[in-house]
Amino acid sequence: MDPRLITAVIVVVGVPAVLVGYIVATEQVLRIFPGRVQPRIRPWLWLAPALAFLFVFLIYPTIGTAVRSLQDQLGTKWVGLDNYAWFFSDNGTLSALKNNVIWVVLLTVLAVGFGLLIAVLVDRVRYESIAKSVIFMPLAISGTAASVIWLFMFAYQPQGAAQTGTLNAVLTPLGVGPVPFLTVSNFSFNTILLVIVSTWTWTGFCMVIISAALKGINPELLEAARVDGANEWQVFRGIILPLLTPTLAVVSTTIIITALKAFDIVYVMTNGNFDTQVIANEMYQVMFNFGDFGRGSAVAIVLMLAIIPVMALNIRRFQAQEAIR
Amino acid sequence: MTSVAAAEATAGTASGRWGRRLGHLPTHVVVILLMFLWLIPTIGLFINSFRPSQAVQSSGWWDIIFQPSQVTLQNYQYVLGQSGLWPGFINSLFITIPATIIPIFVAAFAAYAFAWMDFPGRNVLFVAIVGLLVVPLQTTFIPILQLYGSVHIDIGPIQINNLNGQFLALWLAHTGYGLPFAVYLLRNFMGGLPREVFESASIDGASPVTAFFQLALPMSVPAIAALAIFQFLFVWNDLLVALIYLGAANPQNDPLTIVVANLVNSLGSGWWYLAAAAFISMALPLAVFFTLQRYFVRGIVGGSVKG
Repeated sequence: MDPRLITAVIVVVGVPAVLVGYIVATEQVLRIFPGRVQPRIRPWLWLAPALAFLFVFLIYPTIGTAVRSLQDQLGTKWVGLDNYAWFFSDNGTLSALKNNVIWVVLLTVLAVGFGLLIAVLVDRVRYESIAKSVIFMPLAISGTAASVIWLFMFAYQPQGAAQTGTLNAVLTPLGVGPVPFLTVSNFSFNTILLVIVSTWTWTGFCMVIISAALKGINPELLEAARVDGANEWQVFRGIILPLLTPTLAVVSTTIIITALKAFDIVYVMTNGNFDTQVIANEMYQVMFNFGDFGRGSAVAIVLMLAIIPVMALNIRRFQAQEAIR
Repeated sequence: MTSVAAAEATAGTASGRWGRRLGHLPTHVVVILLMFLWLIPTIGLFINSFRPSQAVQSSGWWDIIFQPSQVTLQNYQYVLGQSGLWPGFINSLFITIPATIIPIFVAAFAAYAFAWMDFPGRNVLFVAIVGLLVVPLQTTFIPILQLYGSVHIDIGPIQINNLNGQFLALWLAHTGYGLPFAVYLLRNFMGGLPREVFESASIDGASPVTAFFQLALPMSVPAIAALAIFQFLFVWNDLLVALIYLGAANPQNDPLTIVVANLVNSLGSGWWYLAAAAFISMALPLAVFFTLQRYFVRGIVGGSVKG
């Protein structure tokens, strides 16, 4: 038998047993203390495992990376802000940065836009749940598999040969192609193609959240407007859209962060070639192809600094929500 | 207003209904067109996975309409037999199951403490944990790689030198990475449970442990299910974390995502069986998705703060 199977069984059964045992044991430990003190100690015992994991896997390494970003390749010498100076002057990283901006703008517009459109439209048809499942399904597919799916969509054969890629098979008879997708460098065209793959994945996410907010709008409100003679477009612009604004804001921030962290699709489909490099893939290459953990750390910190303001907005909103609760 | 609606309803003659349906025609056209656009890529992959190599290389998937006889299982046979995909599948299971179970337990304890125990700094700490969602995983890789590399355990039968390349490395990392969202989701759900239930249990002399296991946990099953699906899909579909902690150190333990990604890069000429490989990697998440979609949607809608 595979020894790893034994390990896995031990882990699947043993780890929950240990964790449950831990919580039960805390009550025994608490008995030592006087009853008055117990409620003050207990929460910390319940929080301890989570806090330990968060410290070791998020807090400590973030500090470590920030420190490491001020050191050289091997971590033997302090170099001040040199790694950041490299990041903001190197042609490769600047091009990655530019592509990430394209990702952020385009993915947000496309995924949130399509998500809104589909959420509003399927609300009016009887096969709503099937339609939603179809749009939502790509979210369960890994970035790797999505990349393979779209490599077949974008496949390119030279002029004259039978096209095997779906898009070129449609475009060529129209006289537009064959288009050499993802195989030659030309401005940001290839990056846009990768954003389309990601749009295919994330539209369902946006649609589901927007749709839930849409169901929360009082139908009498819409009906009243219609009775007063408003057409569907006026109902949408005047009532639905303003009520959806907070939801659209939350969905947009999530998508912006997704776009900033884009990695899988780029790694698998082009590996950053043909003018498609992004920050996350740049970091991976700096770390593993060039073994430069100093620069890699600086790239990671830049990524985090880009995410913080977006996330801060979300948490602010979350706190406002908590205040109402 | 109701009287107007009623009058309209009675006036809904056959021609009126038709008029209304025709009015909806553009909606149907657009919805069906979008469904079609969203399905085509997956259908193309699915069909290509059943076509022989020479057909995949010389024509598109739609060719199956003209030559239905070309359907074959040889890609699947090859992929499962020789290409390292089956070990990858097993590895993905080994990685994903513990990496889904552990964070749920750890998060449930913390969520219960945040929801039903009073202690100074409770809200600040909770917001701080949710705030950790800003940390991109990239910021953690280098220190943890080095930490893992320095692990040296030697207790009788357990000997671990260098966690990198081991499943344990991924179980622990995914637990840490998944916690902020897991605590957030479970705390919000548990906080919404009726207060009276816990008060009366406490009056009856039930300890927090009893209240947790017999009340809070069973009542939180919908949230736990949502979380489990989330974490399962996240870990199963993860490429980056696996590449960092396993990829270079121990290719034997690589999950499906890495195996398939490597196929893409190594198969100049043989990408006919790539479709079958990709489809196998999608099978389990799609099955989970279609059977448990309801919980999944609830988790997404309830936790849209996640970055």
